[in-house]
Amino acid sequence: MVKTSGKLKSSKAELLRLYKQMLLIRRFEEKAGQLYGMGFIAGFCHLYIGQEAVVVGIRGAMKDGDQMITSYRDHGHMLACDMEPRGVMAELTGRRDGYSRGKGGSMHMFSVEKNFYGGHGIVGAQVPIGAGLSLANKYLGNGAISIVFFGDGAANQGQVYETFNMAKLWSLPTLFVIENNQYAMGTSIKRASAQTELYKRGISFGIKGVQVDGMNVLAVQEAALKAAKHVRSGKGPLILEMMTYRYRGHSMSDPAKYRTREEVNEVREDHDPIDRVKNRLLDEKWAGLEDLKAIDKEIKAVVNDASDFAKASPEPDPSELYTDVLLEVET
Amino acid sequence: MSVDVQMPALSPTMEEGALIKWMVKEGDEVRSGDILAEIETDKATMEVEAVDEGIVGKILVAAGSQNVAVGTVILQLLEDGEGADVLKTPAKQVAAAANVTPEPAPAPNPAAPPVAPQPPAQELDIPAGTKMVEISVRDALRDAMAEEMRRDERVFIMGEEVAQYQGAYKVTRELLAEFGDKRVIDTPITEHGFAGIGVGAAMGGLRPIVEFMTWNFAMQAIDQIINSAAKTLYMSGGQMRCPIVFRGPNGAASRVGAQHSHDYSSWYANVPGLKVVAPYDAADAKGLLKAAIRDPNPIVFLEHEMMYGEVMDIPDIEDYIVPIGKALVRRVGTDVTITAHSRMVGRALEAASELEKEGISAEVIDLRTLRPLDSATIIASVKKTNRIVCAEEGWGQSGIGAEIAARVMEQAFDYLDAPPARVFQKDVPLPYAGNLEALSLPNARDVVAAVKEVCYVK
Ligand SMILES: Cc1ncc(C[n+]2csc(CCOP(=O)(O)OP(=O)(O)O)c2C)c(N)n1
Ligand SMILES: [Mg+2]
Repeated sequence: MVKTSGKLKSSKAELLRLYKQMLLIRRFEEKAGQLYGMGFIAGFCHLYIGQEAVVVGIRGAMKDGDQMITSYRDHGHMLACDMEPRGVMAELTGRRDGYSRGKGGSMHMFSVEKNFYGGHGIVGAQVPIGAGLSLANKYLGNGAISIVFFGDGAANQGQVYETFNMAKLWSLPTLFVIENNQYAMGTSIKRASAQTELYKRGISFGIKGVQVDGMNVLAVQEAALKAAKHVRSGKGPLILEMMTYRYRGHSMSDPAKYRTREEVNEVREDHDPIDRVKNRLLDEKWAGLEDLKAIDKEIKAVVNDASDFAKASPEPDPSELYTDVLLEVET
Repeated sequence: MSVDVQMPALSPTMEEGALIKWMVKEGDEVRSGDILAEIETDKATMEVEAVDEGIVGKILVAAGSQNVAVGTVILQLLEDGEGADVLKTPAKQVAAAANVTPEPAPAPNPAAPPVAPQPPAQELDIPAGTKMVEISVRDALRDAMAEEMRRDERVFIMGEEVAQYQGAYKVTRELLAEFGDKRVIDTPITEHGFAGIGVGAAMGGLRPIVEFMTWNFAMQAIDQIINSAAKTLYMSGGQMRCPIVFRGPNGAASRVGAQHSHDYSSWYANVPGLKVVAPYDAADAKGLLKAAIRDPNPIVFLEHEMMYGEVMDIPDIEDYIVPIGKALVRRVGTDVTITAHSRMVGRALEAASELEKEGISAEVIDLRTLRPLDSATIIASVKKTNRIVCAEEGWGQSGIGAEIAARVMEQAFDYLDAPPARVFQKDVPLPYAGNLEALSLPNARDVVAAVKEVCYVK
């Protein structure tokens, strides 16, 4: 795993902000895992625990109007886009106050208002769609860029390379972020990829790629700021490969036989992105233990509120079955 | 012995072309490989090369001649030492070998224009006395796109060869010149990728038209069409928009084999969240495509290559729109209902003319839209005629006809005097050999036979 040594520049305010965002995702996902165990959440539910630094760091480089799009492992991305924890959780429980009114579930949530374009269940499908958002941005001349997240597994899909080609050919303002968490379900990257350094995957299209320590939120943010600047300036797409790790199973039902407990514990104990920021906050004396406890309490309250809300929200009205299939034609 | 040089076929579907220019004159000596003439079809311009050597004896078709049928002798070559006196007028202007395969029986010729322009039985939604003008289906589609692109800045077209090449079937002819390369975009051969980019552009606020060179190639993109375009509105609880038109020729062209001849009507008609449109004539091609481009939903627009060159009447109306979802009764009848869509409508109309001679009055319904299917029009017709034949060019199993037959059973069972009959393509991949292909595809004769069956007429 790529590691960043030395301290990257930051400030108290910035580090506290990043810490809170990552912690919200972590606590939210832990709660989602609990609710799944209790039967409130069903179907597929892919947790983001361990990867929080990636989306939070990238978010730090986004400007108003920039869009985000990702796969089914999307809860963290939505929270990073400032979508309401209540609405996200209520969608997980399949209730009427969820972002998709209970009709999408964990893998399919969107917020046009917050520029979050999903939530896509087909591995790799979000990649051309994300480039299409960029095409629209360029066409409309609105100055926005789109940020397209996908996994190490998705990086082997043909449509990713079709998209790389067109994105470069047409100089689309797209930032591709590969979340290399080393596994696609139970298949390690070594067993699936002839070339495991995914940041090089754009070479034959002339797209520059950078490998980044995805467990270090400041490193992610720094790389993202540079990359976003490049993409926004009209120079075309760029690839960031984020070296990261997921602690939990691929989804809630995961045999966990494809890696050792030691491997997981090693990352958790030595490379956890949240602990890393926590330690820095303490070292710099930007926060004391009491402050951090207070933050944790505050975040737990938000998450518990979301959970209570999601459990209490009624199921969708049966009449919802037939809505949102087609839009009315305006005459 | 003099050698006859014939008007060649440049494509599987070419029947005639224009002789633009002669590159040789009588008395010239030519060797094989020399260019004799330049000819042009609606799709392409080509040079005719000499295959034999000799002296140009007689030029039989003047430069500038239009509509020269494939197989027409255009020039006679003399062998060394021969004089022009050996030339005879060619015995007969035989058809080119490529086109001789006859239908298995003297069926109405499938390539013939779709019946002498029949006044639509059902009133089109146009003011009385509207002037009609002639246009090819190809140009009608083109005009629809051009008009909508003029009307709405967000509309653009992307696909393989749509810009500089002017469209693989010339449907996007001259759009690049008018709208520029920002709005008429040549893509790499990347169906999956560019369909996805189109979907994203639609979600990002544009109104893309995505052309597939043919629908056969859209199988590589079907995931984006169905999983991304069709389902996202629902999965987002009504938030996401995907106003996009996927269009291109669908179904059997002519002698292009199984991989290039697939009819996807029932595939896409199966999917909620899509609208599926399959026009027959030029007026519908234009009016429905304009409606499709304005529609806020993802549309699958199935054209027919064999119809592109058909010249038909179209109302001379500014902004001619045909609403999606309404079938058209193209011929009123009392004894049997025939449903069809796309090119099959022409066959159904031919069949109806044949049947009329035998005293059977057939009502022909052009479905126009396959999803949502206009059941009301079909059921009302069946309640009147008490019999139905569902005709389509694609395969039968789980086909459009199967769906219509089921609906008729559910909604008009008591009105039926015979079980519904279906006409469809034989249950095999479409063969290449001309005779087998003709055996495979349904024609007017099959419709006539099916009608007689449901009418219990021998
Ligand atoms: C086209 C397609 N094939 C297979 C699947 C099943 N599937 C879901 S997630 C997944 C693994 C993807 O791994 P990766 O891209 O590394 O993302 P991660 O889950 O690690 O975030 C697979 C095979 C799918 N959803 N879509
Ligand atoms: Mg992975």
